[in-house]
Parts: sequence; structure tokens; C-alpha cells
Amino acid sequence: MVARVRIPDVVRRGQPFDVRIAIQHVMETGFRFDDSGRTIARNVIHTLVARYDGVEVYRAELGSGIAANPYLQFWITAPASGVLELSWIDDAGVAGSERVPVTVRD
Amino acid sequence: MRAVLPCAWLLAVVLACAGCTVRESADPGTTGVHAAPVRPVPLQQGSVFAPPSVQAMQADEFENPGMLWVARGAKLWRQPEGSGARSCADCHGDAGSMRGAATRYPQVDPASGQLLDLEGRIMQCRSERQQAAPLAWESEPLLALTAWVAFQSRGLPMQVSIDGPARPFFERGRERYQQRVGQMNLSCSQCHDANWGRQLGAETISQGHGTGYPVYRLEWQGAGSLQRRLRSCLSGVRAEMFPYGSQEHLELSLYLAWRAGGLAIEAPGVRR
Repeated sequence: MVARVRIPDVVRRGQPFDVRIAIQHVMETGFRFDDSGRTIARNVIHTLVARYDGVEVYRAELGSGIAANPYLQFWITAPASGVLELSWIDDAGVAGSERVPVTVRD
Repeated sequence: MRAVLPCAWLLAVVLACAGCTVRESADPGTTGVHAAPVRPVPLQQGSVFAPPSVQAMQADEFENPGMLWVARGAKLWRQPEGSGARSCADCHGDAGSMRGAATRYPQVDPASGQLLDLEGRIMQCRSERQQAAPLAWESEPLLALTAWVAFQSRGLPMQVSIDGPARPFFERGRERYQQRVGQMNLSCSQCHDANWGRQLGAETISQGHGTGYPVYRLEWQGAGSLQRRLRSCLSGVRAEMFPYGSQEHLELSLYLAWRAGGLAIEAPGVRR
């Protein structure tokens, strides 16, 4: 599972900054049928969690209404430099994660 | 009410064809198959005909979903494959070596005399040089590698060769471009030479350039090759679709690449 994460070049202490993440995923709704008429099993990324130095700072619960290759943007603040870790898991049990070092400036 | 919708589509196509005479200079269909091939004037990228929101999505390098395929392609480029456990990078080096490569495809392979598009070249390299298991047409790894290679040529003008061994392929592609097909009895030229810029239903007809491929199409919810797009078009005019990797696709792709000559590569493009 390929993902791309982007944060601003400069992060100020205590100031909100945006985190953007795009994940390559089919986000199969479970409402579609294959050529033989069988239901294609639902497989969406149902949970995405962001932790900053181990502390959960953001959580998203996604459903079948989210398009393929989901793109999320959210804002967090950082009290000090650290590591932002994003992790997610889909209905098939396939998990992914990305780690981004964050350098905070005053 | 159900019957109204197909009728509206048919009417739109009929109306579109009624306007064929407006751009006679750009319509080889009116001057016969053997006239000198022409390009639309002025040449315009496929993205020009997309809605502003889609254009913005393509322009933003992070938001462009096609960049996920490019990112995967970059990983696959360095991944050892096949009996020799060699990666693409082991022979070709880093990204820079592929700069400009996509502008020259489709091209004739000197050894076999066959016409290869970028996907075909990657598959050939994989089977002959890496001795690895072949990739299927339109498979995700092939799309990712192709997107990554094409991305290295972003901004460079298309410049395929149509001389020498490529000439017969080019001529057949040109004839096919002007050949009426399907229940709608339409040629590529009738939409993409004579009526580009006009509305067909909710769509604006493009000039039909392949410079953005592999492309991320919102309708597909994923990336796809030019061959997939050509199949889409054939399905749209209710013609029989060419199989992936067929001569028909390659010859048509060569004609399209020549026709887009000078236009910059914008892969990975984003389309509706």
C-alpha cells in the first residue's frame, strides 16, 4: 500500500499546521458485483490514526462513502520536535503506516 | 422517461456531426484517407478540456492521485526482479536516465522490428533483460512503472519518429484514425479533429492527445493506460474493442503521438 504524506516545511511551536495524506486503496464499497454477478466484498480503510510521539492526536473512521485513493487533510499542533506516525487498516486486515519527522521552530 | 436519455445522446452525436464542416481544414475525413496528415490547430492538451477543479487536481503535485502510481513506480524501479535479481535501477541508474524517454514512444524496436509503446518496452525489458515473470497489460505494477517513467519526461515535447521502419505502422494508424467504426459509425477524426471543444452531453470533446497517460480518471477511480482509454472510446461509439497489446492499439497510439508532436508530456494527468 503506497501512501504519500506532506507537512509544511516550517512548523511553529504551538501553531496549528496541516497534515495531508493520500493512500492508494480501492475502497471497495461492497455494493458492486463482478462479471459473474457475485458481490465484491467490502474492503475500505476503516480506521486511520495519527500519533505524535506516541500520543494520539487524530483519528478518522472511514466508510464505504469515501472514494478510492482517499485524501485526508487535518490540522494539529506540536509542542516540540518529534515524530508523527500515521497508521491505518482496512477490512482485509492489511495495515499501513508512515512516519514523518517534525522539526519545530520558535 | 427512460427512453429519453439514449435519445438525447444520439441527438447530441448527430448534432455534433452536423457541425463537421466548420473545421474543414482540420478534418482529414473530408479530404480523403490519403491526404497529408494534419494536426489540430492550435494544439491543446487534454487537461485544457477538463473542468477547472480537475485541472487544479492535476496541477497540485500532492493532490494529483496519479502521483500515488508514480510513487509506487519509484519503489518498483529499485526492486530486484527475475532470475538475476536485478532491478531497473541496476542497469538504468536513477530517474534522470529516463528523462525524455516517454517522448519517443511508441517506437520500433530495432531487434524485433515490432512497434512498442512505453508499456510494451517495460514489459520487453522485464522479460528479456530481467528474466522476470511477465506483467499483465493494465496491471497495477505496469501502470505504476509506466507512470513513473512517463513522469520523468513531464514538460518535454512529444517527438516520435514516423520515418523508416515506423512509417507503415504510422500509415495504418492514420487510416484507422479516420475509419468509421461501430454502431454509431464514427471515426476518431469526426470527434477529435472536427468537433473538439464542443459539448457532447456534459463532456467537452478534447483533441484526443495521449500526453497525460497513464492518466488518473475519476470515473475509473484509478489509473489507466492510453489503451484503456482507446477501448473506452471504442465502447462509446459501440464498436468492438481492440485487445490490450494489439497492433491496432499500437498503430493508433503512434499516430496519436505524432499528432501530439510538440505538446508537452503532462503525465500523470487527471481526467474526469
